[in-house]
Amino acid sequence: MKELICIVCPNGCRLQVDEENGLRVTGNACPRGEEYGRNELLHPVRVLTGTVRLHGGTLPRCPVKTRGTIPKEKLLEAARALCMVDVDAPVRRGDVVLADICGTGVDVVASRDVGLCPNPAGALPLHPTTL
Amino acid sequence: MREYELIVIGGGPAGLAAALAAWEKGLKSILILERDTALGGILNQCVHNGFGLHRFKEELTGPEYAGRYVDLLQGTGVQAKTDAMALEVTKDKVVRYVCPADGCRSVRAKAIVLAMGCRERARGAVSIPGARCSGILTAGAAQRFVNIEGQMVGRRVVILGSGDIGLIMARRITLEGARVLACVELMPCSSGLNRNIVQCLHDFDIPLYLSHTVTDIVGRDRLERVVVSAVDENRRPVPGTEKIFDCDTLLLSVGLLPENELTRALGAELDPRTNGAVVYENMETSVPGVFACGNVLQVHDLVDFVSDESGRAGAAAAEYVLCGEAASPRVLDVRNSGAVTYTVPQRIRPEAVGKGVTVFFRVSRVMKDAVIRVRSGERQIARFRRERMAPGEMEHIFLPEKLLSQAEGSLTVSAEEEAQ
Repeated sequence: MKELICIVCPNGCRLQVDEENGLRVTGNACPRGEEYGRNELLHPVRVLTGTVRLHGGTLPRCPVKTRGTIPKEKLLEAARALCMVDVDAPVRRGDVVLADICGTGVDVVASRDVGLCPNPAGALPLHPTTL
Repeated sequence: MREYELIVIGGGPAGLAAALAAWEKGLKSILILERDTALGGILNQCVHNGFGLHRFKEELTGPEYAGRYVDLLQGTGVQAKTDAMALEVTKDKVVRYVCPADGCRSVRAKAIVLAMGCRERARGAVSIPGARCSGILTAGAAQRFVNIEGQMVGRRVVILGSGDIGLIMARRITLEGARVLACVELMPCSSGLNRNIVQCLHDFDIPLYLSHTVTDIVGRDRLERVVVSAVDENRRPVPGTEKIFDCDTLLLSVGLLPENELTRALGAELDPRTNGAVVYENMETSVPGVFACGNVLQVHDLVDFVSDESGRAGAAAAEYVLCGEAASPRVLDVRNSGAVTYTVPQRIRPEAVGKGVTVFFRVSRVMKDAVIRVRSGERQIARFRRERMAPGEMEHIFLPEKLLSQAEGSLTVSAEEEAQ
């Protein structure tokens, strides 16, 4: 019997997964907990979130997430891969910024709308008092 | 002076939900004042997922959750000023604010919703001894540096406090290449959600030291090491238990304080238990027509509940503008007792509650098989059971109108473990 805390929702149900009885899950308050409990013993998965470099936007970084879950053991490798991503503004929520991250088949998408910066780096700075 | 039906102070999750609800209730001129450059508040720096399971029935990141609300407001006539800092709110509902576009201006409203949120307790609030070197910052400040500005905060990190922001940042900076050596919690249990202990600490083998605290900070210019000691049941460090961690950064995740400077200056009554305003069942403060919601009222665990509460405040503000003050000859004081540390609302007008009222509270310790009792004077009028309650999880009970109409004077909410 393996004891787990479910991470599917903030309730954090205490699960028992019975390895001897076909991974029977108890202690879950919803069906998603059952799926989590089983997955966690067979092949744990997580959603990865982070940010990527953004050019010409009102912000220097654009927040992103994997559109689905990826294998837990790939988290650090996938986080490294996000360091190599460059995106140009504007971006919309849901825009794919990196397809098929680390061969998982899962796309990374923008999670915030970021518009073009009206005064990009390199443009003359505005000093209203001296105009 | 420009006049609005409703002015909402703060464009975070609370302000957005309040404005949207007031619009849906029929108000036509609503202004949101937001001091940051974008709407969404602290959600914009919470790039992790886990938001919105209650509100939108799916798992969203912070920016996505904020984006949903901004989208919903886009179709309305609600106006928002960003870069606009409210400086003063008066009893006759004049709001003075300053922003680059307008300079310093005053606007008047028929009702006001206070939704300023909270800020983090910093080093001064927890009095840690030791050097005052650089490399010590709050978890939320680190979150802003990393997620918004794209600046890394350190390489070898210790986190003091196990609040959710600290746990989330442990994972975040680990993914960005830092090494988190320890998460240190003064109390015997974490104040963060269980799921965050699992997915932020366990997933990355970050040790959590419960009943421990930082007892010394060493560093000339930059932090060099911290000393961590075990504490006894009175939270006093135990000599001889010191552990030394060589680190360049210490993150503090030691609690949140509602940001009530405007509320205090306005003269609204504050509750020392919540550090927020005293409110009636409809989130109205002691100043008629001024409402409070979200983390400025009580610090929440989940943004979904902030949206709920703020929707009720926005709707009540609209009702105040359209129909006038809630009429009720009687007012019940709501008091806490036993393991219950506070209640929101603190006052209930039983003739104005409609179907009933939900009372929110926290408990001071982990309790199993607990009974929550509501008494009016000596008489118990309701009891509720909970399998488990913990200080890190806000609880609520629903009191139907029928019960409240029988109550007199005051209500006392208490919780105790059931006798075996």
